[in-house]
Amino acid sequence: MSILVDTSTKLVVSGITGREGTFHSLRNRDYGTQVVAGVTPGKGGQDVEGIPVFNTFHDAVSETGANTAMIFVPPRFAADSILEAEDAGAELIIAITEGIPAHDELRAFNVIKKNGRARLIGPNCPGILSPGKANVGIIPAAFFKEGNVGVVSRSGTLTYQIGNVIAQQGFGNSTIVGIGGDPVPGSDFIDIIALFQDDPETELIVMCGEIGGDAEERAADFIAEHVTKPVVAYIAGFTAPPGKTMGHAGAIVSGSRGTAKAKAEALESKGVRVGRTPTEVAELAASLLGAAA
Amino acid sequence: MDLLEYQGKQVFARHGVPVPSGRHAQTVDEAAAAADDIGYPCVIKAQVQIGGRGKAGGIKVAQNRGEALEHAQAILGMDIRGLTVHELWVEGASEIASEYYASVVFDRSAKAPLVMLSTKGGMDIEEVADTDPDAIARLHVDPLLGFQEFHGRRLAFEAAVDSDVVRPVGAMLAKLYEVFVAEEATLVEVNPLIVTPERDVKALDAKVTLDDNALFRHADNAELRDPSAEDPQERMAKERGLTFVKLDGNIGILGNGAGLVMSTLDVVAQAGGSPANFLDAGGGSKAEAITSAVEVILSNPNVKAVLFNIFGGITRCDEVARGLIEAFNQINPDVPFVVRLDGTNDVEGRKLLAEARLPNVFTESTMDGAAAKVVELAASGVAA
Repeated sequence: MSILVDTSTKLVVSGITGREGTFHSLRNRDYGTQVVAGVTPGKGGQDVEGIPVFNTFHDAVSETGANTAMIFVPPRFAADSILEAEDAGAELIIAITEGIPAHDELRAFNVIKKNGRARLIGPNCPGILSPGKANVGIIPAAFFKEGNVGVVSRSGTLTYQIGNVIAQQGFGNSTIVGIGGDPVPGSDFIDIIALFQDDPETELIVMCGEIGGDAEERAADFIAEHVTKPVVAYIAGFTAPPGKTMGHAGAIVSGSRGTAKAKAEALESKGVRVGRTPTEVAELAASLLGAAA
Repeated sequence: MDLLEYQGKQVFARHGVPVPSGRHAQTVDEAAAAADDIGYPCVIKAQVQIGGRGKAGGIKVAQNRGEALEHAQAILGMDIRGLTVHELWVEGASEIASEYYASVVFDRSAKAPLVMLSTKGGMDIEEVADTDPDAIARLHVDPLLGFQEFHGRRLAFEAAVDSDVVRPVGAMLAKLYEVFVAEEATLVEVNPLIVTPERDVKALDAKVTLDDNALFRHADNAELRDPSAEDPQERMAKERGLTFVKLDGNIGILGNGAGLVMSTLDVVAQAGGSPANFLDAGGGSKAEAITSAVEVILSNPNVKAVLFNIFGGITRCDEVARGLIEAFNQINPDVPFVVRLDGTNDVEGRKLLAEARLPNVFTESTMDGAAAKVVELAASGVAA
């Protein structure tokens, strides 16, 4: 098994006719993902290499039975597109777009939470890859193979870095989930770790956190109470100065809050192994898996 | 984007938040003219984006023109915790009966705006939160509902403000919430919020942080940016569309992806080095972007060595290698470079670099090895 995306995923992409949207939709399809539709207002009736384009999410969902939406439109249109996908009945919405205004994110998050019928991943995330089954987003699938390590991360390239070292040690992944680097992620570490805990294929969970907010601290408490599988963590940003946004909108130490040190200590105090470098994380994961095998 | 006090007060005034009237000044003469206009006593306030201005001597009361000149002279050019004062705000002195604290913050963990009110105004609120947390009344507002009058009453009663000002303090909170939403702020803070002997409620200070991602909808706010407060190297990076943060070490860093760059800084620090900057060249970095980024990194004279840490996903390592070769052709750097290329097209990238035979460029295959090498080169300070 795997979580969130697999062979039953039927994907509709908003922004499919844009340069990046086309490129990644086709890449996802080449990987084996069922890309059943695209949405671009005003381009309904066209197609992108055989993928039908609709004017609205509602048309796309009712015509194709799409159950998963990927958002690839520019930031100023993205929250609206997320809300449209939710309104049209998409069960899973994966928002790749970076730079969405924070108040737009806040509104989208709270609407989705209130209605309780869809799950949002991202924004500002690389998407989700279940090796051998489906790739939704921009994760370079070539580095990953099927296996039993579940990965959840606020960062894209850092995930590839860690995943690659794990792969070199001979292990694969059940699913890799990028939850994104924004202040209001649709899904948090806790949401994804809970799914991995229930996924029979996942035997070990790697979480990649970074400075800002308290999602890692909350995850530490959750892991202590609800997770029986081993968890290995990495936290980026020990050298980040306070008050500076380190690339991701959510990666900022505010006063004394949100530091990497506090996060690593919170996790370690709950028995989570924290690697000091990406390589060490991969080695910890490999040794735990090796010992279990 | 953090606003200066006077910019925040101008935003407040647009939304009907009561603030003392004042004027902006950039020279001693302008400050004295502003003071004459406003009348005495008045307050001369340093405009820098940092707390503790009063303690540092950046806020002074002037009783007459002579004092206004003297204070303006002393404050302009003053260094307050590393920031130089280039601007002043001159406003009428307010009489204070009570000092409160009010704020609206973007609460990331609750995913809702958090409104706070306390009668412990005029002091460091983080300290109050630590020593006397019950002194701060807090309330999350459902962003789909917005701030209601009852929210204001609840907070005012819970914070135990003077009973005759429950209504105006509640109204003030509603207006601050309006500023928060309408201007797309992530922080609106008033410390102190004062009650005058006439029982007027006013914002004596203003701290406003705006969401950079929303500035496209707020043309007037986008123009408020204060370039003098930004480091020239950070400005150069911004003009080139690079995500850059200046740090105080001597090892220039370039990577792709914010998380990987943050991690690179950490690994370099663990190897005993000190990074000079954070620079995310982004996904799909093209050759021109790399050349441009190298120029920004080398514009810092402290840089003794540079580390490129690339894990190619969307980014292609051969593109990065081409960019670096082009940069060497254009700028001919005099510090050593360590380049770690891994991921998409890494073999091609390393081959290009080897064929180019760039002087002073060392390739490494792992992140840890690359960090150790660049630390060694920066410490030796000698171009090999």
